[in-house]
Amino acid sequence: MTTFQKKLWIGLLVMALLTPLGILLPDRFKAEGAWGEWSTEKLEKLVGYVPEGLKKLADLWKAPVADYNFGGEGASMTVQVVSYIGSGLLGIVACALAVFLVSRYITRHGK
Amino acid sequence: MHIPDGYLGPQTYIPLYGVSVGFWAIAQKKLKKQLSLKHVPYLAMAAAFSFLIQMFNIPIPGGTTGHAVGAGIIAILLGPWTALLAVSVVLIIQAIVFGDGGITALGANCFNMAVVMSFVSYWVFNLVRGKAEGGRRLSIAAFLSGYLSLVVAALFAAVEFGIQPLIATGADGRPLYAPYPLSVALPAMALEHLFPFGIVEGLVTMLLLKYFLKNDRDLVYALSVPSTDR
Repeated sequence: MTTFQKKLWIGLLVMALLTPLGILLPDRFKAEGAWGEWSTEKLEKLVGYVPEGLKKLADLWKAPVADYNFGGEGASMTVQVVSYIGSGLLGIVACALAVFLVSRYITRHGK
Repeated sequence: MHIPDGYLGPQTYIPLYGVSVGFWAIAQKKLKKQLSLKHVPYLAMAAAFSFLIQMFNIPIPGGTTGHAVGAGIIAILLGPWTALLAVSVVLIIQAIVFGDGGITALGANCFNMAVVMSFVSYWVFNLVRGKAEGGRRLSIAAFLSGYLSLVVAALFAAVEFGIQPLIATGADGRPLYAPYPLSVALPAMALEHLFPFGIVEGLVTMLLLKYFLKNDRDLVYALSVPSTDR
């Protein structure tokens, strides 16, 4: 690994440690989720009903770490902050592993 | 911009799966010739970077949140086909592990944020840069490529949201999927990405390009490809 690459990896680790800003700042400024990414409950409040087709598809998949939160719904801010850093680190590992597998597939396939 | 499950009907999400899979297949063919061992660590770092930058939710006080995607800088540094794969890997992990973006909507999300964004970024960068090898022109090109690529990706997502009420309604006349029409979805998504989210993507793209030009200029794909080969 070159020194430059080492620097970049350290930069990514620092980013992971700073990720809680991504929940603390929205909390501080009372900003809600992203447009179009509402839960069914929130959508019902917004338009007065939950669209039939949407209702059927919405809970299709139960993600193991939904919302980058290990504590589940109602987790305290501390748990969410720790979860966010954990998710960031987990993300780095998952991305690196997936890229390694994809690269191996690409370079070996059909050569 | 991560469309959740249920917001798109099958008439939208199935074709977009097809389009994304098509782009993955072409990317695989292209990279088979280009991808060298030297690039794999950068590809991994690019994916990790995109994953992390998306966790930095930017609040609009009292309003919504949004984030940069990182596809803009990745397309300039590693080329659009590599960027498309790196960001797709991120979106797949986000959907499966973290429930960020739907499983049915994965094709759509990959199309908007991995395919559209990577190519718009790369085209804008080359168009604005012209023959410049450095200086202010290159910085402006980088900023605009990040800025416009995020805005255009958001517009694609907005259209996908907004056409749902036109495509599918229930017996009672209510929309079956995303309920807001184009007249609501387009301005909502366009405005927040024009300001502030796009600005952040533009700045990230510009500052990182400067950093790479200083440290490892040879790595920058967009500056290494002869203009006839673009």
